[in-house]
Amino acid sequence: MKNFKVNIIKSVVVFSVISLCSFIRISDNKGYAIGDTVSDFRLKSVEGKMVSMSENRASKGYIIIFTCNHCPFSRAYEGRIIALDKKYANQGYPVLAINPNDPSAYEEDSFENMKAVAKSKGYSFNYMQDENQDVARAFGATRTPSAYIVKREGDRFTMQYIGAIDDNSQDANGVTKHYIEDALNNLLSGKPVVTNFTKTVGCAIKWKGV
Amino acid sequence: MRFRLVVFFFLIFFSSCHKGFSQSKIDVIKFEDLQKIMNQPNDTTLIVHFWATWCKPCVEELPIFEKISQEYLQKKVKVLFISMDFPKDVATKVPSFLKSTNINSNVLLLDEPDYNSWIDVIDKDWSGTIPATLILNTNMRKRKFYEGPVKAMSFLEDLKTMLPSSVEN
Repeated sequence: MKNFKVNIIKSVVVFSVISLCSFIRISDNKGYAIGDTVSDFRLKSVEGKMVSMSENRASKGYIIIFTCNHCPFSRAYEGRIIALDKKYANQGYPVLAINPNDPSAYEEDSFENMKAVAKSKGYSFNYMQDENQDVARAFGATRTPSAYIVKREGDRFTMQYIGAIDDNSQDANGVTKHYIEDALNNLLSGKPVVTNFTKTVGCAIKWKGV
Repeated sequence: MRFRLVVFFFLIFFSSCHKGFSQSKIDVIKFEDLQKIMNQPNDTTLIVHFWATWCKPCVEELPIFEKISQEYLQKKVKVLFISMDFPKDVATKVPSFLKSTNINSNVLLLDEPDYNSWIDVIDKDWSGTIPATLILNTNMRKRKFYEGPVKAMSFLEDLKTMLPSSVEN
């Protein structure tokens, strides 16, 4: 009888550990939440150099945007991303643009074509390829464009905003809520971000081997 | 008489070339309109399917919903194809896509670019990624939501549990 009880307790413990593990895995898939520490990354930019968050000591943080060449939503935002970098890079929040797509699924998203787009549009910011798609996974990005703001706090970076760039992907003139700008203005005036999470539609990231 | 016969055969020949008539005029709706359709007390089971011509996984999946739309017509199931394409493509890119892929179901284009204002109304668990699909039966108070492409077999199983009770499975 005692053995039976011990067995039950054992199974309960094993079961709880298993369910806890699967729970942790599920939350991992969702990526960073607001306030989380964001791991640094090193990705190759269209200029051929490796770029990380920590190396630019002057920055107060970054606007990190997962974007690409082929997606109509990303294309609709090209000009607005350039404008964000122009406005906020010299205030300490430059743009880091990351293309997470498997280029074998979309030829337009190849590294060569990224270089071509960056050149023709005159990108003032780093446009990088997430070749292993590890960065997009860590962020929990599922579509392009997906925007994030991270803030430097000593030696680490923390997540401050996750979501859309603004509330009108189709028409820059029709924007009424400037989510990224509002969040940055909050941060630059030393306040917490008021709207720190929004949802949007975009092109699903094409994962390798799926 | 012979001439008439020739014309007749010609007509039959050409009409057999067409598998159906895809939609050339697509209505643009606002979220309010979609909500009205969704909230109407109804015996019919609604499948609200969000897709776009620029979305590769959606395009690959669309024939499944076209097939369901045809096959379940008699079983009181209506598929609403909600295109998330930009309104500027409503008269060009979208109808030519429907024509080239033989999609004959009725398509509506949802023009509501402030996605954050309505994604949660469709489902709290929806991140915004498409394709996305909602099965809804207001009379039975049942709903089920899917983000990403559906698995055809299990989707049909789910659908069967949500058919109006007046319909024999």
